This record gives sequence, C-alpha cells and structure tokens, in this order.
Amino acid sequence: MTSGIKKLSRYRRHRWAAPALLVVALIGLGTTFSVASEAPAAQNVAVTQQSSQITEGKRIFLQGCSSCHGLNAEGGAIAPSLIGVGAAAVDFQVGTGRMPMADMSQQAMRKKPVYDAVQTAALAAYVASLAPGPQAVDPTSLNYERDGNTAQGGTLFRNNCAMCHNFAAQGGALTLGKYAPTLMGVDPKYIYEAMITGPQSMPKFSDKTISPAEKLSIIKWIKAAQSEPSLGGASLGRVGPVTEGLLAWTLGLGLLIGIAVWLASKAR
Amino acid sequence: MTSDIQKFEDPGLPEHVHRKADHDENAAKAAEKKVAILFVISALGTLLLIGSYYFVKSTTFIFLPIMGDTNAQQLGIGAGLGIALLFIGLGAIQWARTLMPDTEVVAERHEFRSEDKDREDFVATVKERAGAAGLGRRSLIKRSLGLAVGLVGLSPLVLLRDLGPLPRKYLSTTDWKSGTRLVLDPSGRPIKPEDLEVGAVAQVLPELPAGTERTLENIGKDAVLLIRIRPEEFNLDAERLSWTHEGIIAFSKICSHMGCAVALYEQQTKHLLCPCHQSTFDVTRAAKVIFGPAARPLPQLAITVDSEGYLVAKQGFTEPIGPSFWERSS
Repeated sequence: MTSGIKKLSRYRRHRWAAPALLVVALIGLGTTFSVASEAPAAQNVAVTQQSSQITEGKRIFLQGCSSCHGLNAEGGAIAPSLIGVGAAAVDFQVGTGRMPMADMSQQAMRKKPVYDAVQTAALAAYVASLAPGPQAVDPTSLNYERDGNTAQGGTLFRNNCAMCHNFAAQGGALTLGKYAPTLMGVDPKYIYEAMITGPQSMPKFSDKTISPAEKLSIIKWIKAAQSEPSLGGASLGRVGPVTEGLLAWTLGLGLLIGIAVWLASKAR
Repeated sequence: MTSDIQKFEDPGLPEHVHRKADHDENAAKAAEKKVAILFVISALGTLLLIGSYYFVKSTTFIFLPIMGDTNAQQLGIGAGLGIALLFIGLGAIQWARTLMPDTEVVAERHEFRSEDKDREDFVATVKERAGAAGLGRRSLIKRSLGLAVGLVGLSPLVLLRDLGPLPRKYLSTTDWKSGTRLVLDPSGRPIKPEDLEVGAVAQVLPELPAGTERTLENIGKDAVLLIRIRPEEFNLDAERLSWTHEGIIAFSKICSHMGCAVALYEQQTKHLLCPCHQSTFDVTRAAKVIFGPAARPLPQLAITVDSEGYLVAKQGFTEPIGPSFWERSS
C-alpha cells in the first residue's frame, strides 16, 4: 500500500502531473453530471376492476400500510390519516412507488412500485371506501394533446408550479433536504393526480382555481418542454446559471490556467 | 546573537539553459514538425466548420455522452471554429517556446522626463500653430466653439435627471384597497372561499378597475399568495386572526429581503420558502421569519368576503410590501 503511494508520489512533480489531474477531475465531474441527469423511465399502469377489490385492498393495507397509517387508516405519529384522501392520492403514492416508504427520511422518493396495478387499484378502492375523496384519474380521459393549450399551460406553470419545480420543470430544492422532483418523464395521470391531491410538501391546486382544462394545458406544456430539443448544445440540466457557472469556472478556468502554466514553463 | 544568523549569498539569476533544439539539429526538426502538426490540426478544424455548414443537415441531432442530444451542424461549426482558433494559438506558442531565439535581453527603463530640448520645441510648436490658426482674430469661431463645447458638457446633467425623481409614495402603495376583489393569476377569475380546499394555494392579484391595464410593475407589487389551512392550526393574535377567513390567509408574495417571489409553500410544514436566499416564513405565525436573511415577516393582507361571496381585501396592506428602501417608514 505504502509502496504504491510512494510510486505515485514520485510522479507528483512530473510535468504532466497537473494536466493529468485536471483531466481526471473534469472527467469525474462530467460523469457525475451525466449519471445524475438521467431521467427515470416512465411507466404505464393499466387499471382493472375486481368485485372483491375493497376486501382485497383492506388485506393489503393491513399487511403493508397499517404499521404507520394505523389499523383503520386513522394515521399516527409518523404518518397522516388516510381518511378522505381519496383513491387519487393512493394511486399516485403507491403507483409511483413513493408508498410504502423505503425509509423514514425527509421525503418519500419515486421508485419502482411495490404493488402492481391490480393491488394498487384494490388499495385505492379500500381507502376511497373510508370517506369520499378525489377519484383516481383514468389516463384515457386525459386527452391533453387535443384539449390542452401549450401557451396557456406555460403561463399557468410559471405562475403556479415553476417556483418549486423549476422554470423548465426540472425540479428544485426545498427546505431541510426536501425537494420538488423533476417532472420529466412523469406519466400525465400522476401529474394530474399530484395537482388535485397535493402529495407531501406540494399544496393542492383545486379545480376551481386551476380548472381541469387548465390542468390539461399545464400537462401539455410539460410534455412540450420535455420534447423540446436543446438547440444551443448541452442543456446542462436546464437548471439555469448554476451548472453553467460551475462548468465555466471549473472547465473554462481550468483550461485557461493549464494554458497559462504551459505558456510560462521553460521548454526543454 | 546577531552574528549567529547565517547569511545567504545572493544567488543571482540562474544560468541560462539552452534548449535541446538550440544545439541539436534533429531536435529542432522534431520541434518544427510538432508546430506544423498543430497548425495542420487548426486547418482541419476550419475544414470541419466548412464541411458541417455545407454537408450536415441543420435538423440532424446526434447523441453525445455528456451533452445529450446535440444539433450536429451547430456542434461541427462551433467545434471546428474552436479547434481552428485554438490550434493557431497553440502552434504559435509552441513555435515561440521551442524554436524562436531565446536569448535573454535586459531592457532598462528610460527616464520619464523628456529631454529639455524636446520640451522647448513642443512649446514653440504649439505657440506657432495657435497663432497661425488665427484663434485670436476669428472671434465668431471661438464663440461658437465655446457654445458647442459648453452645451456638450451640459448633456450629462439632462441624462442624469433620469436617476430621479424620488419614488414618493410609489414603493409604499399597492393596488389593494378595501373591497378589492381577489382574482386568480393569470385567468383573472374572482375566487370564493369554497373554491380553495384545505391544503390548497392560489396566486392572486387585485381586480383592477375596468379599463386599467395591468403592468408588470403592478404585478411586482400586488402579487399575493392565498393559502388555506385548518383554522385551528393558526397561531395568531386576535387582530391578525380577524384578517383571515375560514382558514384562508393571504400574504404578499414579494420577499421582505430582496423582493423575490416567495411562493415555495410546503403544505405539510406550513412553511413558505424564498428561492433566492432561503428565507423561510411560518404561515401559521403570520409569516414570521424562522430562517434566512429576511428581517421582517411578509406583509399580511386582510381578507373577507363581499355580499356575493367572493373574497375581497378588507383593507390595503398596512405596511409597504417588499424589501427595505431609504424612505420606508417602518
């Protein structure tokens, strides 16, 4: 181990040591960035109905949810009551894999769903049977391409969504480790359900303040933003001046410093 | 003691070491080749630029690892020009470093003061030419020139006037008055309390009198965030509680720190976060600052409902909204 370090240390004053370190650092930065900016794949869930859905849903609830949400979904110290949240909330939280939570951290993260479409529908039916609430959204009813208006959606998005989800819907930070997730690659059904149920930190956007037609416009705008080609080259995550500055200061200045060092060095 | 201090002799300048290429003809040849390679790379860069312009379709996108989907033509043009310019520079530097003469020359600074003869000659020339131009005789030119130069000198005064006038009451007032309806931004629809569920928010503006145009300046002052929570969650004094309506509370969206739009509302913690400097306001305690650089809570707008059941302002803001300014009274 020590001999290895000694070997390395022998080269630390080599004339290529500084440029090599710079190249390694830049490649590391680039790789981290490209891995971090990969969007999670979209998923599509078909919902089927069953006669004994509610009974089945209760069985799953008691097994998988009741330890936190209570035997009767009344909530507890670590989890909210689910009475009246409606099928839409269950469909969103379970369908996107946020529930059941993997750990009690700041925020439930989007991940591979634990329950399949049938089980999710059963859970949703059970929770909806406790008290009325928003119904799960039928994806075929969301004909946003036909009914939405991209320009109106953009205005609504900038007024109501952009402060948390970023002006290009890339997501952003909230307080104490919480964050607004990116909306890229999110199923339109889940975007709609999030707006009517207000999951976790997100507030609700009532149908009276943002009408169902306006919600479709918002979805259409998000989808348009997602398919927008990046004509200006690397989009750098579309999060604005932060990544641009980071890259300019590390890559740009690093390159200039490298050239300056080379300029001033004595040729052999 | 002082004599014990070791004294170093001034080592002077290091000996001038000649480069390999200075005395080895083969090394010089190799260096020449290196420089030529750099210049040829530059030429290839220009060819890449021209080729991309003529032979790559402007609609072609290619996938690159870090860049993502990139327009191939733009990439070729940019990279080509970049390579062309960079490698001319690199080649020139390499040339200078390895092949151009590297003799060291010491250039002494000359005295700043001109020699006496030069100074006298200058004064004589100025005097002679001024007389020849006839400034003393041609008084019309002299006066009109004075007028022109003098007026040019005045022009900054006119332009600097735009720094004023003082804002007077503009920063202290908004379009919110007693009875002004809250309308949704951007749809402009008025809003009833029952339109907002518990946990919901709405971005609202004051309804302006018919025929009044809403300017960006208006929105910058008037923007209000409407939040509905459970009334029992409020932790307000009696006056501020009377400014809410059935759990609906309204705050100016303009941050009291630097004027950013504070609208990152976390409905579980009831915290409002400003995206610019992370000032955090507690909605249940009249937007009290619980974190960050803001010095004052967000101004609260007193709201109630009118006879038709629409939400209206009970009164205008009782304090200036937004960040501090010189003339601010409180």
